[in-house]
Amino acid sequence: MAISRRIVLHFPGRLVEQPIICRLARDFNLEFNILKAAVTPNEEGLLVLELNGEQKDYDRGIQYLTETGIRIQSLSQNVIRNEERCTHCGACITICPMGAFIIEPSTRLVDFSDAKCIVCGLCLKACPLRAMEVRF
Amino acid sequence: MSKTIAEINEKIKRGKAVVVNAEEVIDIAGQKGVSKAAEEIDVVTTGTFGPMCSSGAFLNIGHSKPRIKLGGGKVYLNDVPVYTGLAAVDIFLGVTAIPEDDPRNKFYPGEFNYGGGHVIEELVAGKDIRLVATAYGTDCYPRKKLETLINIRDINEAVLFNIRNAYQNYNVAVNLSDRTLYTYMGVLKPNLGNANYSTAGQLSPLLNDPYYKTIGIGTKIFLGGGIGYVAWQGTQHNPDVLRGDNGVPRRPAGTLAVIGNLKQMKPEWLRGTSMLGYGCTITVGIGVPIPILSEEILRYTAVKDADILAPIVDYSQVYPQRKPDILGEVSYARLKSGRIEAQGKEVPTASLSSYPRAVEIANTLKIWIQKGEFLLTEPVAPLPGVESGITFKNLEERPIEGR
Repeated sequence: MAISRRIVLHFPGRLVEQPIICRLARDFNLEFNILKAAVTPNEEGLLVLELNGEQKDYDRGIQYLTETGIRIQSLSQNVIRNEERCTHCGACITICPMGAFIIEPSTRLVDFSDAKCIVCGLCLKACPLRAMEVRF
Repeated sequence: MSKTIAEINEKIKRGKAVVVNAEEVIDIAGQKGVSKAAEEIDVVTTGTFGPMCSSGAFLNIGHSKPRIKLGGGKVYLNDVPVYTGLAAVDIFLGVTAIPEDDPRNKFYPGEFNYGGGHVIEELVAGKDIRLVATAYGTDCYPRKKLETLINIRDINEAVLFNIRNAYQNYNVAVNLSDRTLYTYMGVLKPNLGNANYSTAGQLSPLLNDPYYKTIGIGTKIFLGGGIGYVAWQGTQHNPDVLRGDNGVPRRPAGTLAVIGNLKQMKPEWLRGTSMLGYGCTITVGIGVPIPILSEEILRYTAVKDADILAPIVDYSQVYPQRKPDILGEVSYARLKSGRIEAQGKEVPTASLSSYPRAVEIANTLKIWIQKGEFLLTEPVAPLPGVESGITFKNLEERPIEGR
């Protein structure tokens, strides 16, 4: 059965230079589409992938990725903003690799765009008020 | 044109005072001219809402039965240690204090999720706080252990006393190194990845009164959502720095020590704050009214972001090693545009201080004054000015051996 999944991969620094994604295609017959790639402030690699292939290949591919030490996050999680705690300071603006926080120029209120968020979680600890939360 | 604070207060009492915030005054002065604006406007309100580490609260928790002498003992509020070097039941809760079992930066960067600032926020919100104390016991204070809940309603005094707040201008922090830095100016990405600043700029209290001509000791202010007062110049008050033609400091300069009754403050304006890899602190809301006593004062309050410059400082080497170099200067108008240029590179900017909340503070103060609920005070003494001879001293270490 053919499936299509979107996942977020967190690479520890030591794996950033290895040809891991290439092996997904070559050894597990998975088609991949890179939706986003970034090196985060923790020097960790962040990759958002769409994988297409047979379920059994997908499962083996995921097992391979897990064994390399990559942390896999499915996009079933959600980052939400606790509106009561957010002070709209804007400390998150330059932290988010996706540009999901935008300052509205006239009011200087910070707008959080769910649609752009890839749930990498970088804003959670960088927010001084701890206003960003992960929901499952 | 000149007015006195007494005359302005008479107008406030009659509900006739013209009050605008430090953003609105810019346009008014631009349209009508400084002279006309100074005639019409009585008070300009300012505001700032940012992390301010030199903050804390004195509490008198009342006497237990039998009595305990906390002075010289150990006391924790929600596991956060407080200072006890005072009389029997007076304690001082500092906002950067953290529980002894907090891992700190052992797991770098430490999260610092809960500290003294968070205890103050919960205390002000009316939540019960867990007090655990041990003492050595005396004839008059025999008790050696105390474990109880306390509540701000029931304790005798809760006084917010922040020894340094409301910095007049501050550094723009960047990182020239190739690794991420976790600082009191937030997360700084490598190789000039971002630039963080922390001030309300044209709305900030001391940037609207650059030479401290109206703000002095005894000035009544908005503090933490309630009423407070300027108690003294803040620590590190450093008036004699490089200034622009408009008198506005181009380096961190004046500071305020502020005091007020915590019992009438609000948790929305005293927020426990966590700086990743650095520590705990509190975000404090402060608003200062500036009486328009003359055209000169109005001209100062009409200062705008484009005319306020801040130094860009590297936090990988220059700041930690106390080197004097700066990468350049940049205006708050540029900083607020979202991008600045440093070393030929375009650098995205972020603020740690909330401008929308600063506006809200200035507007709240404006409404209080318009309604006649808030009268201005005459300072009982001025803050030390440029001519005071105050210089900013660094610690020059001396060996202890042989003493």
